[in-house]
Amino acid sequence: MSSKSEILQKIKQNQPEITADLPDLDLLSSDNPNVLETYKTVLKNIGGEPVEVAGFHEILDFIRNNYALDRRIITTIPELSEVASLDWKNDDPHTLQNVELAIIRSHFGVAENSALWVTDAILGQRVAPFIAQYLAIFVNKKDILATMQQAYKRIGNQEYGFGTFIAGPSKTADIEQSLVLGAHGARGLIVFLLE
Amino acid sequence: MSSKKVIEHSQAATNFNKDVERVNWHDETLWFVREKRDKSAHQIKDWELLRETASQIKNNVLSNIHDYLVEFEENAQKNGIIVHWAADAKEHNEIVHSIMAKHEVKQMVKSKSMLTEECHLNDYLAEKGIEVIDSDLGEYIVQLRKEPPSHIVLPAIHLKKEDVSETFHEHLGTEKGNIDPQYLTESARLSLRNTFLTRKVALTGVNFAIAETGEFVVCTNEGNADMGAHLADVHIACMGFEKLIPQRKHLGVFLRLLARSATGQPITTFSSHFKKPREGQEMHIVIVDNGRSTQLGREDFRNSLKCIRCGACMNTCPVYRRSGGHSYHNAVAGPIGSILAPNLDMRKNADLPFASTLCGSCTNVCPVKIDIHDQLYKWRQVLVKEGHTPTSKTIAMTTMSKILANPTIFNIVGKSGRFVMKNIPAMVNNKMNKWYDQREMPEVPEESFREWYKKNSRESIAKNNE
Repeated sequence: MSSKSEILQKIKQNQPEITADLPDLDLLSSDNPNVLETYKTVLKNIGGEPVEVAGFHEILDFIRNNYALDRRIITTIPELSEVASLDWKNDDPHTLQNVELAIIRSHFGVAENSALWVTDAILGQRVAPFIAQYLAIFVNKKDILATMQQAYKRIGNQEYGFGTFIAGPSKTADIEQSLVLGAHGARGLIVFLLE
Repeated sequence: MSSKKVIEHSQAATNFNKDVERVNWHDETLWFVREKRDKSAHQIKDWELLRETASQIKNNVLSNIHDYLVEFEENAQKNGIIVHWAADAKEHNEIVHSIMAKHEVKQMVKSKSMLTEECHLNDYLAEKGIEVIDSDLGEYIVQLRKEPPSHIVLPAIHLKKEDVSETFHEHLGTEKGNIDPQYLTESARLSLRNTFLTRKVALTGVNFAIAETGEFVVCTNEGNADMGAHLADVHIACMGFEKLIPQRKHLGVFLRLLARSATGQPITTFSSHFKKPREGQEMHIVIVDNGRSTQLGREDFRNSLKCIRCGACMNTCPVYRRSGGHSYHNAVAGPIGSILAPNLDMRKNADLPFASTLCGSCTNVCPVKIDIHDQLYKWRQVLVKEGHTPTSKTIAMTTMSKILANPTIFNIVGKSGRFVMKNIPAMVNNKMNKWYDQREMPEVPEESFREWYKKNSRESIAKNNE
């Protein structure tokens, strides 16, 4: 007998007979009167920086003022082509190792933990938000949800090969509980909150 | 680790406690993490309902795990993932090795997976000539030091920055005596970045696997699982079968609980959902039993399989905090480890359920409401019945029960005990007496209660007054 059928048989034999019903998730409250303020506060607490902008021109200005343009900057957003390259999505992912800044969009954000949901469809490449030294993600203010319950309602049956919630810059506290930003992934995260 | 002789928890704890200052520091550091958890939990209005909901979902999983596993495999295969089944640690290791061998690869980068610790995968692969580099910073540190992790979430929590500095100086050539965590982390980042860029095979753990969609979720703060997986040609994910949850929407519950319970963060930096391999990539899932189906059949202990590995029970445990993770000689330490370990090897781990004060703090913080301290108590009874307790304890218990069962013997022993303690204290105040180890012996009363009662009860007073 294969291990699979052996394991499954043993599980069938040993699992409890009484079936516990799945709970109703709608009993969990998901109200938050001020999602935007909560979002910004939580993001700052975990080392990210919220930047409110009125349009792409303000994002362009921010990039010009805060990043060295002679370094490699990549984006998936055509409106930002003046400061960042768009032509990298089909490259070998290893070639992104010298990227200084990646600017991507997200589907939505979550106020309670400041996480942003991104998937294959808008990532360009899966490794992009991890391998870049710095990361900037933009989200529409109207797409900030209160809790993770709402987040998964929004995701629903969305089809993707890979999706991830990103909350703040990469970090570690593995050395004597001292917080250090930039463990393996981005050293800093800017979240552009778009009107 | 497996080949070394196991030192019993109480002995290991005694050794750990020799350095008082360091033990106090260890204790305080973990308590600080526990306090962060409290602060974070209290900010969620529905925290208790959330725990109850998570517990109910996991109860449902336990009673339907067969069907969920079948569903998960079917969906994962539809997604283009290759699914393997391993009955035990040995088969798990062989499967992983066979994938390496098929691709003729001799190097692997690995993110945190307590399952591979449980299976001693690194040792196995090393014997086969395969080099594994652990990429989680804490795991990387302990790996360089040839130590196992001492905590499932904070693998190097037993080390001070001076220790890390020494280790990095030796292995990475960092400046001697530079103990700045920023500098040390940066050095590891540079070294590991090169590792990520050059490895063809990446192995990750699994935090949650979803039956409904065939996808799995990996949570990290560092981004190391993603760096490995998205750059490698082959991604192997290893999971104990209890990682299953029914539907995607249930992640909403577990992701709210996991990081808050673990470190007090609102969520881990990355919560990555792997559903399909990227183009040209090969993705494997190894589903492991290794004793879990046996535990599922133990009515009193099955619900230990609800564990989501947050480590909250360790951070709060007064015994863990003052004995350190290594004293548990098991991949998963602390209270939860002590109810999982006897299932894996009752004889070897018979000491662990006794490494607890049964204070119940673990049960109170558990995000999926496992009755941890009750199970520790129940394990003790099983272990005694099965004859796995130390001979000295068995003799002491049998002797005590004989004395307590017979009033005449009880009287004689009591009297001679009081005489000895009063007149020849050295006979009891010595190393043979375990009670005396960390305590003063009590003051000897002039008489026993029985003797006093004989003189002072109403009947005897009346009698004397006659």
